Amino acid sequence: MTLDFTAVWKSLPFLFDGLELSFLLTASSMLGGIAFGLLLAVVRLSRLRAAAALAAVYVNGFRAVPLVLVIFWFYFLVPLAIGHAVDALQSALIAFTLFEAAYYSEIIRAGLRSVRPGQWQAAYASGLSYVQVLRLVILPQAFRNMLPLMVSQAVILFQDTSLVYVISLRDFMTSASIVATRDNRMVETYLFAAAVYFVVCASGSQAAAMLNRRRSFA
Amino acid sequence: MMDATVRMPVECKSGQSAGAAGEACAPMIELKEISKRYGSLGVLNDCSLSVSRGEVVVVCGPSGSGKSTLIKCINGLEPINAGSIIVDGITVGKSTAEMTRLRARIGMVFQHFELYPHLTALENICLAQIHVLKRGKEEARAKARALLARVGLPDKEDRYPAQLSGGQQQRVAIARALAVDPVAMLFDEPTSALDPEMIGEVLAVMLELAREGMTMVVVTHEMGFARGAANRIVFMDQGKILEVSEAKRFFEAPASERARRFLSQILAH
Repeated sequence: MTLDFTAVWKSLPFLFDGLELSFLLTASSMLGGIAFGLLLAVVRLSRLRAAAALAAVYVNGFRAVPLVLVIFWFYFLVPLAIGHAVDALQSALIAFTLFEAAYYSEIIRAGLRSVRPGQWQAAYASGLSYVQVLRLVILPQAFRNMLPLMVSQAVILFQDTSLVYVISLRDFMTSASIVATRDNRMVETYLFAAAVYFVVCASGSQAAAMLNRRRSFA
Repeated sequence: MMDATVRMPVECKSGQSAGAAGEACAPMIELKEISKRYGSLGVLNDCSLSVSRGEVVVVCGPSGSGKSTLIKCINGLEPINAGSIIVDGITVGKSTAEMTRLRARIGMVFQHFELYPHLTALENICLAQIHVLKRGKEEARAKARALLARVGLPDKEDRYPAQLSGGQQQRVAIARALAVDPVAMLFDEPTSALDPEMIGEVLAVMLELAREGMTMVVVTHEMGFARGAANRIVFMDQGKILEVSEAKRFFEAPASERARRFLSQILAH
């Protein structure tokens, strides 16, 4: 058997379109997830009991269902609730962000707790307010501790973007499937897809490991 | 039973307060019958203490006696369950806004330094100046440099805490506490986490501060410092203030039996 990658090269623009969507989903739900996850983590660690309980229900709820269900849910149920159809991309972005927030909030919560209590005391003692203590003293330290975990979560997220095929969005994996069946070049196309995933994810993991090593010197 | 609220007459320095002479003579820190408990465990029991302006008070006692908790109550880091605390005319724990204002006027030094590890020595000293006192960057830096020189570390401004020895870190921490021009300083076992050869350099800075007339409450086992710098000694055991004595008298003739035993234990070696 000989491998013929001509079909793959010809389809590169098409494939990279899909890759672009995967990156867009990854980046935006990572940023959105971290922002919302930070809020969830802070609320969970606060003394506002009721709010903390609600945040816990949110986090544990989203962590208990598969991502593909959340994607479905937003695409088919939200239109029922608001009375008109929603854009598939928008609904995917929202679903991913809400889902990732649950995971990022756990990473951030652990990160916040990794900072010694004495740091809170010292910062409070100098007259800083709660928000200032968090922003100027605790988060910079916590962030350093959680960066490796955040990067590996982003790698998982990147792989999970392939799930948007269920609402007919064309991410990288879906694009590859289309090319593979259309040109009947299964082996070549999927080899190429695997190589792309490998390069992206391995460099992400490598970056995480590097950050981890650098942290131990600080 | 000792009268724990008895106050040593400390000379009232003129020009210390813009207010009337009477105000300048009011105690800087006043604890009235404060109690604190964690659940059913009583940590502080009916503790009263009054510290005058410019006075140095050393708090000592066996571990677990509530010394650290007592001084953390003074700036509201530990909330109290009963009693009241007034610092420089402000009631502790009344409102968040007042607490923040008050904390900025009391410097605190911790056993484990608690310098911010992600900031350089200079940035550590600038942080509260810029974000609490709203000083300009240049003004804050100038002040920080002057303070670093004062604690004997003029060449360490760009070092991160992890690059400094324990004694150097604690001196930076003292400079950081002084940066907001505090009216009083609290020290929570400032030398207990230090290697023996570094204790001296930290105590020297503290002695200097005491000589300059800073109001200080110091939890420490360094009896040499207590003898040399303290006006009064507070002896605590099991959450109670058992004795408040003039330093000289405390060492020569402690009033309580428990203090006598404590002194013989720590001075024996």
